[in-house]
This record gives sequence, structure tokens and C-alpha cells, in this order.
Amino acid sequence: MSKKKVVHYINQFFAGIGGEEKADHEPEVREGVVGPGIGINAALGDDAEIVATVICGDTYFNEHMEDAEAAVLEMIEKYDPDLFIAGPAFNAGRYGVAAGAVTKAVGEKLGIPAVTAMYVENPGADMFKADAYIVNTGDSAATMGEAIPALTSLALKLLKGEEIGTPDEDNYMARGVRVNYFADDRGSKRAVDMLVKKLKGEEYETEYPMPAFDRVDPNPPVEDMTKAKIALVTSGGIVPKGNPDRIESSSASKYGKYDISGFDKLSEADHETAHGGHDPVYANEDPNRVLPVDVLRDLEKEGAIGELHQYFYSTVGNGTAVASAKKYAEEFAKELVEAGVDAVITTST
Amino acid sequence: MCTIVPISLTVGANRIVPTIAIPHPLGNPNLDPVEEKALRRKLVEKALEALSTDVDGQEVFEAV
Repeated sequence: MSKKKVVHYINQFFAGIGGEEKADHEPEVREGVVGPGIGINAALGDDAEIVATVICGDTYFNEHMEDAEAAVLEMIEKYDPDLFIAGPAFNAGRYGVAAGAVTKAVGEKLGIPAVTAMYVENPGADMFKADAYIVNTGDSAATMGEAIPALTSLALKLLKGEEIGTPDEDNYMARGVRVNYFADDRGSKRAVDMLVKKLKGEEYETEYPMPAFDRVDPNPPVEDMTKAKIALVTSGGIVPKGNPDRIESSSASKYGKYDISGFDKLSEADHETAHGGHDPVYANEDPNRVLPVDVLRDLEKEGAIGELHQYFYSTVGNGTAVASAKKYAEEFAKELVEAGVDAVITTST
Repeated sequence: MCTIVPISLTVGANRIVPTIAIPHPLGNPNLDPVEEKALRRKLVEKALEALSTDVDGQEVFEAV
């Protein structure tokens, strides 16, 4: 009996094409396995094999999402596969978004089992977990050894049409699907049992975790921009030349507060980017491309805004934990309010 | 101001201005410096417009 056919999707880095400098690589397809596909193929065993690998640059995909998705889908469809696997993307944001988007599209448009894998904080996770099976992985490729068995395990279950267990049982991100079942004990007993455990300080497991609503109501608009004090905040990692505070190029453990009072614009001579998640050459050549000081100074001189705040706040968004980003913002937001800032322009890459 | 708008929407940003590209959100190295600055100004002006606009939940303000 012939093996089932699998098509695998990876990015330019895992394909060995290159790093950031090749992130604009257009979609292409290669016969057989590439990169991590080797390990995945081995784990699939006799049941299935990867017949083709579709490769696309992370920046290309994210900057041309519709076209890239269509092109990738066409490449996948040609192989008439029985199963589709994307990634693992770990904490690489653009990769996770691409992997999630393609996995969702394959499931919906080609109607075949599709699965991907990434770290829980990957932006692609929140975006696509409701629409695609996403297996949990660690936050870096160092965990590839654990990721592959987890990914192929769920992939094979989907391929064989086996019953998929709960997110905990099969190690995938909860999709918000509620499944009815008959419990042994009635609800009132389960509720009292849980309460007794809680009162005794014992461990208990909620039957319904409350969703994390992280929405903020928009603030009312600025009434008179000509009188407003505007501040700049960036996750694009713009820092004074030499990165004096040593903000990390990934997983930033801190943010910086920098004085721009003497500057009419930023330049290669005085500023640089610390961001390690994309090709830094353009931001280093002209930091105004990430932190638009030049334009805001002009607008300040022309009276279009009241004032450009003398400090800007900067960190590197690349792979930085959501909890960290939140903590930094809570801290410096207080300073912004105390300084009488009326509105903030945040820039990200 | 960000390039990958779906990410900003997912994390809940209220006022979003799409920008040019990941490595140069407020610029375009293919343009000459004067044109590039004009482009940057157009994007920033759209951001100021967004800040001056009443929004309900989330709104994307396209500049280019």
C-alpha cells in the first residue's frame, strides 16, 4: 500500500536559503524533504511521507499576504496531498503568521487535514488557533527535538481520522471549541467538590477557564493637535549609536528612555537599531525610517503639533515576551502622563 | 504605525496606520531622499489624523 502524501511548508531560514537578507524570498516548491522535513519525515514512519516542500520568505509572505497565500496554495494543490504540515515556527513571529495563514487556508480551501506548530506567544498563535490545529512548542529551535514528535503525533491522528483529544491530551492550542459529554457526577456536586478543595487550599482545576480579555477602550481623540504634546514610542529598537543600554536584539529584558531635545532628525552618526528580527540596514542608514523625528520636528516648527516630547521610549519587539512588553509600557506610561503628553505615536517594524 | 496590520488588530490596538515594509516602516529606500521624506510625512500626518479621530474599538487609517 502506498504511503500517504504530505506537503510541508517552511521559511527561507529553515530551508537553508538564508537569514534576514533572504526574508524576501518568493514562494518556491522543491521535491521531497528540506531542513526540518527530514526529522518530520522520519517521525511519520511508514504511514506517510513528505513529497514536496513549499518555501517562502517570511517578510515576503507578510508583506504580500493574499498573493503569497494564493501562490503557496497552488503549489500545494498540485501534489494532491493527504496531509499538510507547516513549521514548526517556534517564536518567529512572521513565520508563525505565515504558517498559521497557510494551514488555515489549506484546511478551508483544500479540505485536507492540516496542522502547524509554534510557541504560545507567537502572534500567529492568537491569530489562527481558532481556525487551525496549532501544536505547542518551546520558544526556540533548540526545542526542535520535542516539537517534531508532538507535531507528527497530532498530524498522524488527523490523517487517520482518529478522534482528537482535548488540547491538553494532544498538546495543541485550545481552539475555543466546546464539546458536550456526560459527567459521572452532577454539576452541583462537582461545584461543591471544587469549592471544598479551594477552601482547603488544595489544587483544583476549573472546568471553564475565563478568557483573557485584553481589550482597551480607545481614548477620546485629541481636540487641538496644534497644542498637543506628542511622544514617540517604538518597538523597532531605535537607540543611541553604540546601544549604551545594551538592549537585546531579541527577547529584550529592558527598554530605554532617550533624549532627543538637541535633534532635528536622527542619523546614522548618532542612532542605530538594536532590532535583530529583520535586516537592520535601512534603519541604520536612516533611523527616521523607524522613529520619524525629522517629520515631527518639521510639524512642530510649522505649528501643526504643539510640541514633540523630549524623550522617546524604545525597546526591541523581536521575540519579547508579551508580559515584558506590558510591564515596560505600564512603567513608562506613568512618566508620559506625568510629563503632560497628550498622545503617543508608537511605531513597529 | 505598523506593517503587519493583522498583528496589531489581534493584539487590540485602537488606532492603526499601515506602514510601508518591515525593515523600513516609515521609509522607502527605493525613493530619492526628498520623495522618501514626503512619504514619511504623509504617514505621520495620517497618524496625527487618527489621534484626532473618535474611534469605536479598532480602526485602520490607510495613508497610501
